[in-house]
Amino acid sequence: MSDAEIKALEKAIEEIWDKARELGLDPFPIHFEIVPATVIYEIGSYALPGRYSHWSFGKAYHKMKLMYDLGLSKLYEVVINANPAYAFLLEGTSLIHNKMIIAHVIAHVDFFKNNIYFSKTNRRMVDETVTHAERIREYEFKYGRKTVEAFLDAILSIQEHIHPDLFIREERAEEAGKPKPSPPKPGKYDDLFALDEPKRETPLKTEEEEAPRRFPPEPEKDLVRFIMTHSPVLEPWQRDIMAMIHEEMEYFVPQLQTKIMNEGWASYWHTRILRELDLTDEEFVEFAMLHAHVVSPRKGSLNPYYVGFKIFEDIERRWDNPTPEEIEKFGRQPGNGREKIFEVRQLENDISFIRNYLTQQLVEELDLYIFELRDEEEWVITDKTWERIRDQMVADMTNFGFPVIEVLDGDYNGNRELYLRHRYEGIELDIEYAKKTLEYVYKLWGRDVHLETVVDGETLVLHYDGEDHWED
Amino acid sequence: MLVHHHDWSLQRKGYLDQERHKERVREAIRKNLSSIVANESIILSDGKKTIRIPIRSLEEYKFRYDYRKKKHVGQGAGDSRVGDVIGREGEGLGPGRGPGAGDQPGVEYYEAEVEIDEIAKLIFEDLELPYLEEKSKHAVHSRQLRFGEVRKTGILPHLDKRRTLLENMRRMAKETGRAQIGPLRKEDLRFKSWEEEIRYETNAVVIAMMDVSGSMGEFKKYIARSFYFWMVRFLRTKYDTVRVVFITHHTEAKEVTEEQFFTQGESGGTVVSSAYRLALEIIRQRFNPKDWNIYPFHFSDGDNYYSDNDEAVRLADELIAMCNLFGYGEIGEEGYTNYRRSSGALLSIFNERLKNKDRFVGVRIDRKEDVYPALKAFFGRRGETV
Repeated sequence: MSDAEIKALEKAIEEIWDKARELGLDPFPIHFEIVPATVIYEIGSYALPGRYSHWSFGKAYHKMKLMYDLGLSKLYEVVINANPAYAFLLEGTSLIHNKMIIAHVIAHVDFFKNNIYFSKTNRRMVDETVTHAERIREYEFKYGRKTVEAFLDAILSIQEHIHPDLFIREERAEEAGKPKPSPPKPGKYDDLFALDEPKRETPLKTEEEEAPRRFPPEPEKDLVRFIMTHSPVLEPWQRDIMAMIHEEMEYFVPQLQTKIMNEGWASYWHTRILRELDLTDEEFVEFAMLHAHVVSPRKGSLNPYYVGFKIFEDIERRWDNPTPEEIEKFGRQPGNGREKIFEVRQLENDISFIRNYLTQQLVEELDLYIFELRDEEEWVITDKTWERIRDQMVADMTNFGFPVIEVLDGDYNGNRELYLRHRYEGIELDIEYAKKTLEYVYKLWGRDVHLETVVDGETLVLHYDGEDHWED
Repeated sequence: MLVHHHDWSLQRKGYLDQERHKERVREAIRKNLSSIVANESIILSDGKKTIRIPIRSLEEYKFRYDYRKKKHVGQGAGDSRVGDVIGREGEGLGPGRGPGAGDQPGVEYYEAEVEIDEIAKLIFEDLELPYLEEKSKHAVHSRQLRFGEVRKTGILPHLDKRRTLLENMRRMAKETGRAQIGPLRKEDLRFKSWEEEIRYETNAVVIAMMDVSGSMGEFKKYIARSFYFWMVRFLRTKYDTVRVVFITHHTEAKEVTEEQFFTQGESGGTVVSSAYRLALEIIRQRFNPKDWNIYPFHFSDGDNYYSDNDEAVRLADELIAMCNLFGYGEIGEEGYTNYRRSSGALLSIFNERLKNKDRFVGVRIDRKEDVYPALKAFFGRRGETV
């Protein structure tokens, strides 16, 4: 890149930054950096610069770079949630294209800073990751690359199974410290409260009476933390690596929870900001084409950019021009669209965003549908009812798309065996994968492992003892 | 606001981990060699350099939903209707299905693009020509030239500039007392000179025999073909002075070219002794056992004419007496893995009646996966037979 080009880019950043602030965005300062394709793909496949080494990153990197080399896809930017934030831009991108990307990036950073789910993320994570990578490298040196790699293989297989509700954990910790409040006096509406969790309350109590030393006392969703703390076989260095992976995953969880919102927010703002810039006709045409590409629908899956973008636009419209009914029913005043979307970007995550703001009209406009496999051979559209589509999207995003697996018993059979339960909510596990993953869990736990799930309506327990699989 | 533009040319983390991944692919191939060896896309690759083969052990396993048993949300172009078919199973539709998704229920393969040479290298790692003996040596000219000598005369293109300057400095130092470069004289000049390396190698000849009688069906021929494919490849990569003689037979035997050997289709009965007789004749005429290591290999379905068995055993013994190793592979019916004829088949006759069994390796091949163990049995390091 020539000096003149860099100057032009810096000027554009200045202009877009001021415009964004003027429109109400409130980002962290951003460190912009132009990098070659190999580097942007590297950062993209590791999700953070300077992260530890593992072949799975190499596999992702290879795949991404191959797509780039073949001209099938391009990665134009990677933004890192940090303060100051990092934005990596692809070398050789045209100026107008970069203008759109810069506006996009600034909106992402605004989202990182202001969305409440990000409020607990470590804003110095990049430094932290580099330290992690160094420590893992030391372990490789000390215990052998193969040993460390095999351990990473095992831990990465369950890395998503951490407790994502950061706020809940904090409350819990506080509760644990405080003396327990005396139970409230029995009242007239107690049975209403009990309706919330009828199943859990009753059996838990009876079991408690029979087996008072339940371990863990409540089903534990954070497999990584539980195994790290209680595994009978792990070495200190292994627990250390688990703690690092746990920390990195905690950092990524809010991003997994807000994919649609974050991309929608960034796409919404790159259009708004670019419309306000002084673009030549040619530039505007190029921008319009790029934008159309970003928000184009994809076959067989959802484009988060598009869905998020449409929902934000729709919210703004509905709060700018409420219907007489909305004015009467909710007291909604016209002209509050902007204000409303800022509130949404602060308070929601993808699940609540979809549940609260995906309307029938939008489902129809986006032409969303439900599809499933018929007769083991064809994928067929089976439903276009908007509520069911909305609920399916929410279900798919619950636990960011991963099945919920809980530790039910860490001392199963009185032999410190590990009993896991899949919290079945109507979607079956991939059993082949579950078996392979159990082998990894066995490596981490060192004793027999069991997994309870449901197949074809019946309870199935998978067992693995380090050599053989069996089920009943 | 500043735009940073650092030099990232030393950044190669992605590349290094890509290498780690490649290493894993290699390991996985090594573990799956027996299914890869008989893979049609390799045997029938027709000179292609790379092929795609499925590798199971490279998945990143996780607890995940069964994609095929769940509902998904998709997006149409504005005209979607209930009942529309949007794709077929196995086309890699939707999220969570990486490229290279397999078509078997619950099983996904990671497909890797691998160079055939790479696979060959892994297969051949454990193979060698057994009982390689010191026969009268035969000089072969290696194709390599080496610049190993320095001379004072030569042609200008071979001038060794560094040595010439050193000589010049040495002379100047002697003459003037200071090590410096001065005017060049003829005696300073040094020339590189090349020499041809001459190595001595033992010679080996492989006599590849194949039954092409009517009872050798497609599957059997394919098995023999894939075995010889690797055998020929192996021999041609490991030793340059290996000759291969191809013989096909039904009731009569004849010497054929490599191409004919692999493509020929014939019919008729089986008289094994005809092939052995031709092999003995070829050895007598062209490959004196004093000079040559001799490896006859024979593939058949074992369905020999009953009356020919005595003769076949006698000639096999004769062959064994003059060769390093005699290999016999008997190919069974596809799908009848457990069915083995206890008598009547040539393999059991050989096992019972051959006089010198030390140098005889007989294997039974029922499935494609048996080809690799067979290769190892024939060419494996002695003492670690499979």
